[in-house]
Amino acid sequence: MQISLHINGSLRDVYVDPRTTLIDALRDHLGLTGTKKGCDHGQCGACTVLVDGRRINACLTLACMAQDSEVTTIEGLGTSDALSPLQTQFLNDDGFQCGFCTPGQICSATAMLGEMAAGWPSHASDSLSGPFLLSHAEIAERMSGNLCRCAAYSNIIEAIQNAAHAEGSSGDAP
Amino acid sequence: MKPFIYHRARTLQDMPDGATIIAGGTNLLDLMKHEVTTPGSLVDISHLDLNRIEPEGDGLRIGALVRNSDLAADPVIRRDYPVLSRALLAGASGQLRNMATTGGNLMQRTRCPYFYDLRTPCNKRAPGTGCAALGGIIRNHAIFGASADCIATYPGDMAVALSALDAEVEIAGPNPRRVRVADFHLLPGNTPHVETRLQPGEIITAVILPAPVKGEQRYRKVRDRASFAFALVSVAVVITMTDGRITRVALACGSVAAKPWRDPECEAALIGHAPSDALFEQAANLMLRAASGHVGPAFKIPLLRRTLIATLRDATGLEPAP
Ligand SMILES: Cc1cc2nc3c(=O)[nH]c(=O)nc-3n(C[C@H](O)[C@H](O)[C@H](O)COP(=O)(O)OP(=O)(O)OC[C@H]3O[C@@H](n4cnc5c(N)ncnc54)[C@H](O)[C@@H]3O)c2cc1C
Ligand code: SF4
Ligand code: FES
Ligand code: FES
Repeated sequence: MQISLHINGSLRDVYVDPRTTLIDALRDHLGLTGTKKGCDHGQCGACTVLVDGRRINACLTLACMAQDSEVTTIEGLGTSDALSPLQTQFLNDDGFQCGFCTPGQICSATAMLGEMAAGWPSHASDSLSGPFLLSHAEIAERMSGNLCRCAAYSNIIEAIQNAAHAEGSSGDAP
Repeated sequence: MKPFIYHRARTLQDMPDGATIIAGGTNLLDLMKHEVTTPGSLVDISHLDLNRIEPEGDGLRIGALVRNSDLAADPVIRRDYPVLSRALLAGASGQLRNMATTGGNLMQRTRCPYFYDLRTPCNKRAPGTGCAALGGIIRNHAIFGASADCIATYPGDMAVALSALDAEVEIAGPNPRRVRVADFHLLPGNTPHVETRLQPGEIITAVILPAPVKGEQRYRKVRDRASFAFALVSVAVVITMTDGRITRVALACGSVAAKPWRDPECEAALIGHAPSDALFEQAANLMLRAASGHVGPAFKIPLLRRTLIATLRDATGLEPAP
């Protein structure tokens, strides 16, 4: 079937079998290989992209279901000349080792900071009404959908905290 | 994945005969990739106008397409039905909750590993073939209401809270009606492939919450790791105390049966009493009297006992025993 996808600000036409997941459309049909495929079953978060600003697993969405939505991938968050704050901070804080999980981590963290700013609670929050601090426990819980096989977790958490502080956004590190 | 025809529904009437509903896709696509489910035709309902949370009487009407993350964060849900927020936040991941819908979450299938394994018999996946879990290596299976044909659990968190809140499922189709969440899922009997009261051709349009109940609400989930794992057992409690005595209580247990498990006798035994360890022991005895553990899941019997007592102590403010 012929579908049109809004990706990183441009409209792309692509011909896909209805079975094509969003991750396969991005990687195999559109050459956007920044987004990674780990488990293909919603368990690892490597495929995390933003759809209408919200983080989702591109492996559990059909490409045809994403028509009429705005898809943002790691390629759309920044360029090598103009990195996003999280991209910069992942570099500064060594927020990765092999780097395979990193695009997913950064897309996920980008949306996660937005969820914090919107006042969404998490399982780690003492109170459902806040305040929600960017503590280690909160970030670990909110990022639990992104696994890192290299276990760079401590630096990932630090990078997210530092990026949030640099942005002057929500919360305080303890 | 087997080939299928894709259709995006524009209205509730725009449903091709025999098509399988896809909403968030997080359970259905997973099962289709494993070829556990092989629908020939999919109807994508995600663009229907069923994504609002609005007042209904003294309660709330939650559209079937409200995403789990929006429901958990909704200010009224957080204030008046915190057990529901807590149950949702304890489930899956941030990404999955952004996709998962209220209707799809209720309809999610079991996580019995043999159900996913096409090489083994499974009465739920292929009726009449047998059950590989009985006699197989099992762990996260039922301790209540299992049958000789299936011992799988309903794995979800949200429905456990909804059951304790006495919520109802609104069903559209030739026979529109409401069914209590507590009655929505079915025990396996000799038809484990029939999991809910939803009939072919029907669709869930909403979940209805009754007026909020004064008192305390808790959701406690025990799992193998601290986050992003299905429950081994979970307990939802909605409890009201008046003058130091329990005057109203609803208790639902998750991941221990093919449905969120409630026991009216256990709940009745708490009414009129002041909270005490002896009372909660007695309640746990009542709850667990119907439990029978195959060797694998038998650990859930003491685990549920402790979780139930700890949740009741927490909800009633009883100090933990030394
Ligand atoms: C890695 C992973 C971890 C998870 N962890 C948890 C967890 O800890 N706790 C938990 O509770 N859940 C967990 N889940 C399950 C998740 O919550 C469900 O997959 C999700 O809620 C299903 O909703 P959906 O909208 O994506 O459903 P879909 O996948 O779209 O549909 C699921 C089923 O519901 C039917 N359906 C959907 N909408 C309707 C409707 N309106 N009317 C009638 N039928 C309908 C579909 O036909 C299908 O059979 C996890 C899932 C994954 C992949
Ligand atoms: S327990 Fe139920 S789902 Fe699991 S193999 Fe047996 S019949 Fe299938
Ligand atoms: S590839 Fe999508 S979650 Fe692992
Ligand atoms: S950096 Fe290697 S998987 Fe995370």
